[in-house]
Amino acid sequence: MQRLILKSKNKIVLISGILIAIAFINKWTTGNVSVFIWSLVIASVLGAAPIAIQAYQALRVKVVSIDVLVTIAVVGAFLIQNFEESAIVTFLFLFGAYLEQRTLNQTRSAIKELTEMAPESALKQMENGEFEEVEVDEVDVGDILLVKTGAKVPVDGIVLTGEGSINEASITGESIPVGKEKGSNVYAGTILDNGTIQIVADRVGEDTTFGKIIELVEEAQDSKSEAERFIDRFSKWYTPAVLVLAFVVWIFSRDVELAITILVLGCPGALVIGVPVSNVAGIGNGARHGVLLKGSEVISDFSRLDTMVFDKTGTLTVGNPSVAEKLYYGKDIEETLGYLASIEKESDHPLAKAVLEEIGETKISPVTDTEVVKGGGIVATVNNRRVAVGNVALMKKENVKLSEEAQEDIASFEKAGNSLVITSVDGELKILMGIRDQIRPGVKEHLHRLKKLGVKNLIMLSGDNQGTVDLVSKELGLTEAHGNMLPEHKSEYVKMLIEEKGQIVAFVGDGVNDSPSLALANIGIAMGGGTDVAIETSDVVLMNSDFSRLPHALGLVKATARNMIQNIFIAVGVVLVLLASLLFSDWMNMSIGMLVHEGSILAVILNGMRLLKYKLK
Amino acid sequence: MKSATIQLETLTCPSCMQKIEGALKKLDGIDKDTTKISFNTSKVKLDFDEEKLSIQEIESAISKLGYDVIKSIVK
Repeated sequence: MQRLILKSKNKIVLISGILIAIAFINKWTTGNVSVFIWSLVIASVLGAAPIAIQAYQALRVKVVSIDVLVTIAVVGAFLIQNFEESAIVTFLFLFGAYLEQRTLNQTRSAIKELTEMAPESALKQMENGEFEEVEVDEVDVGDILLVKTGAKVPVDGIVLTGEGSINEASITGESIPVGKEKGSNVYAGTILDNGTIQIVADRVGEDTTFGKIIELVEEAQDSKSEAERFIDRFSKWYTPAVLVLAFVVWIFSRDVELAITILVLGCPGALVIGVPVSNVAGIGNGARHGVLLKGSEVISDFSRLDTMVFDKTGTLTVGNPSVAEKLYYGKDIEETLGYLASIEKESDHPLAKAVLEEIGETKISPVTDTEVVKGGGIVATVNNRRVAVGNVALMKKENVKLSEEAQEDIASFEKAGNSLVITSVDGELKILMGIRDQIRPGVKEHLHRLKKLGVKNLIMLSGDNQGTVDLVSKELGLTEAHGNMLPEHKSEYVKMLIEEKGQIVAFVGDGVNDSPSLALANIGIAMGGGTDVAIETSDVVLMNSDFSRLPHALGLVKATARNMIQNIFIAVGVVLVLLASLLFSDWMNMSIGMLVHEGSILAVILNGMRLLKYKLK
Repeated sequence: MKSATIQLETLTCPSCMQKIEGALKKLDGIDKDTTKISFNTSKVKLDFDEEKLSIQEIESAISKLGYDVIKSIVK
């Protein structure tokens, strides 16, 4: 019976709404008082039933819930034969709850989309060698699984046979398919775009990278900040206090109407729901945009940020040196490039890799008489010609004539922070290449947006020499930049900013060698394609190492923090206004109180929902 | 001890959590310290002693309150 009533709540809302409508149409048209009263009585009893059941269940486990307050109020109204109030209040309360459920599902939709991407079934090789479809829970480490075109990879694993390309957007945020062949790692939740592969399960269920991401996001949305825990404690005592207050008022004034109105006005709905709603919508927006936020405490710290500290290599710069500028002198360039490639192919110098990448496919000739000049470069014979590859000192040693124009070029390359690779053939200057670790595209604009969002200091820390660091810093317009720093120096620096300067500091790094700094900073932001270390040590993860997500993340947490404050204001404001109008005016009654109360709950949910659409301008 | 994750229908009021928590803590065999009810994910996580209590008993304690259990995983 109880369950039946609770299950039919929606029907009860509808019926009681119709009954109330009948009652009032009757009153205004025929003026038939008995129809009016009986409709309202039936509506009250119907509507009160599910609320009373919920109240009873709450009291059994010693909780004074809102249902308890409303039930007492409705019974009171019924006893003083104010059926109009009892019918309308129950109707509004149930209808409000219905709308709340609908809208709350909306705010949670973003995260639900993510969890629904989890694989559900797998094609597992059985003992007879055949593949059979099983639930993903039944897959164990070591099982052999078949993945067909268009299917989800069910677990983390290694490709045994076959090849194909996989869309890894669910893990990295990057939707360009990645080629996979025997021995490649594949991840649960990614989709095989084409090809067929067999994999051996390596990690299953919650241990997979995708499983960890889901767990992180799920825990994040229910993790509570200090403020929320306070509200929770507060609301535990608040509802019983309202009950006592109403009782005291009744004792002294003997005014039942006033006492039950206080019960309805005192309902704390919007306050307890306002902050979680902002939280879940903000985290949901982030999850959709490749920003994983670990809970509301992170949101609150992140939004009050003073200083952002960056690791240079791999964060602000690409991470591997490449040819940034090049100039050719004289003729026979094709030929010379071939000689250069032939020599660099035999070298394991870091710059050689960048040179080869730049040249690409070319004719390789045999190299003889190779001589490595320490601190200079390489001299060798290719096609019976003497080829020198190295720096200015080597060119001087080889008596290569550098024209005034060439000397100016060299100076400007050096000024831009390049390492030089000069090539000469038979004592004649041919090619000048400038190699440096280039700034990631778009980083400058994103840093500018961060500043506009209110970050006071942008600081770069790097293991590189101070000269290179200064150049990058100047180009990016950073506040400060420090070179020659080992990982432990970086974490000491972060600690100093927090403890001595009292700043709120975020550290942005790749999550592998910077874990100490990520852990020490108030907010550790990992630019990692979902690596385990990054997920565990940081507070915020930017999927796919996408720097452009950073301004979005900051804008989003600021909007979310603002949204929470707005919701607290709406909730507290409404209660204050209601109580004030009860004391100082005569238009307030139970029905209006319930209407405003339910309205304020919907207002905070709708306000929270705005965050789902948040986009940085 | 086994640990259970119970997925409920959408929870809409924070006081639902207090009710469910209260009902669960009355059950003998539940590890109260591990009992965690998440509002936004509408999930209950807890450890329980399978000798004193079955997952069905836990589920029925929750559904008696009027909250439907969608599925539960016991490990």
